[in-house]
Amino acid sequence: MTRFLSHSLLVILSFIFLLPFGWIASLAFKRQIDILMTNIVSPISYGNFIKLFASKESTFSNDILNSLFIGLSSTLIVLIVCSLASFTLTRLKIEKWVGIIIFGWLLVFHMIPPITFIGSWFVLANSLGLFNSYSALIIAHATINLPLGLFIITNYMKEIPHEIQEAAVIDGASNYQTYFKIFLPLLLPGLFTAAIIIFLFSWNDFMISINLSAKATQTVPVSVATYAQQYEVRYGEMAAGSLVSLVPGLLLTIFANRYIVRGITAGSVK
Amino acid sequence: MRPLSKTMENRLKETDRYWNVLSLAPLCLLLFFLTIIPLLSLIYTSFFKVTWSGGYLYEGVGFQNFFDLVENKFYIPGVKNTIQFALITVIIQISIAYVISIVLNKIKYRIIYLSIFMLPILLPPIVIGSIWRLMYGFDFGLFNYLLSYLGIMPIDWLGDPKIAFISIIILDIWHWTPFSVILLITAIEGIPKDILEAGLVDGTNFLKEAYYLITPLIMPTIIVASLFRFIMSFKVFDEIYLLTQGGPGTATEVVSFSIYETYFESDNIGLGSAMSVTTLILIILIMYAVQKIYIKLRLNAHD
Repeated sequence: MTRFLSHSLLVILSFIFLLPFGWIASLAFKRQIDILMTNIVSPISYGNFIKLFASKESTFSNDILNSLFIGLSSTLIVLIVCSLASFTLTRLKIEKWVGIIIFGWLLVFHMIPPITFIGSWFVLANSLGLFNSYSALIIAHATINLPLGLFIITNYMKEIPHEIQEAAVIDGASNYQTYFKIFLPLLLPGLFTAAIIIFLFSWNDFMISINLSAKATQTVPVSVATYAQQYEVRYGEMAAGSLVSLVPGLLLTIFANRYIVRGITAGSVK
Repeated sequence: MRPLSKTMENRLKETDRYWNVLSLAPLCLLLFFLTIIPLLSLIYTSFFKVTWSGGYLYEGVGFQNFFDLVENKFYIPGVKNTIQFALITVIIQISIAYVISIVLNKIKYRIIYLSIFMLPILLPPIVIGSIWRLMYGFDFGLFNYLLSYLGIMPIDWLGDPKIAFISIIILDIWHWTPFSVILLITAIEGIPKDILEAGLVDGTNFLKEAYYLITPLIMPTIIVASLFRFIMSFKVFDEIYLLTQGGPGTATEVVSFSIYETYFESDNIGLGSAMSVTTLILIILIMYAVQKIYIKLRLNAHD
């Protein structure tokens, strides 16, 4: 009896969580006229997707490439920077205050609304002539995700047994060798977890991209928002664009859900 | 982790400082140039009136920006709304998440449900905003469409000042409850099996087990999750940007959006910086208070 009730509750909840996505998917395959008439049953149309990808004025395919490029590059930067720092901070002898300052500031930085910094990033990028450049966006995305990167990687770093490190030191390995030959391979699951979470956050980001990019470098979320903001809202294309933007999140949830659960927990409980 | 042995410590101490400096340099440089310098420049700029004409022109105005901020139409209501919003959403989210995770804990293949519940936090918030904007739509929205079947008059979800705030809260609960579910279910999974089995032998039922065994053990996580979500609520932006732009009036104005508008829409960089600095101080004060509360609550939880 309890089992039955539990499953009913969970199925209803699943329905509530899936409903908005199902609805947007149904809109994506409708013509504008059917959406405006609120026709539930209507002929399936691929028009929105064709307009999105094939029409001359649409930059959507370019936006996807921008999102992928910025997401992958910034993720790579975070992984390199954070795994190096995490190794030294958690596994080597180093003055205590260094760790306290770095972790403390990252925690504060993680909690502060990003908009407070984006204003001065904008001024900085403008003065350096980097507004609307890939480098500014990649660096900004990387910086905003540094706290999560360091927290997640450190969480995994602490699990690597001391004996392994000691053995390496006894065999005369330098820090360079210990890090690259011993820790990095053992840290792969941690790096993978961090990569998934950070790539998704970068792919999902709107606030940085809207303020630091223009047409040429705009990412998918910015372009979806544009469809919603034009004088005449183009519901169909907006729905189709939204649907496409959900793909990475959906795929990673299906194939890497356990890593995501671990990443979210490791990145928040402090 | 067990501590290193003495000899090991000595050997590691000898290790090169070059490595330490080089390995921390990328992180520290990024943090210095993109967080510390901007922070200092924010503080500096908040004392100036900045105008753009081919280059930025700074004109010192003392504390004028901070006086303007108090009188600003949006900032103070934004702060009030944000705090109210954070309190309401956290309380509701944690309660729902608690029930969901207690139920989930009894399910063997819970990862399937969990994957579905996770979707809102993994998908672009702006897209979620756009979906909900369509669902809340007055003329063609899903909600009013469903209501019409029940014979209820259409509701102006985003246009009515009183309802707009509630609509945003409903969206946020839908969006972020899963986050707390993940934290709580992980905490429940971490409870040693023998404690729960001991309860079974004593013949507890489902509700008793949840109340007497699980709840006290996951109390620390409940507290952490609430405080964490409370602070994170100050970041709310994307949904507001797309759904209401802070309106109608200041009904859904939030801190991040006020700063965005002042800085980027009205190009009032001085005032925007003053708002950012004030918000920063506010958040740090709240974090400090939250830490105090956390320590106090944990001590009580252990009694």
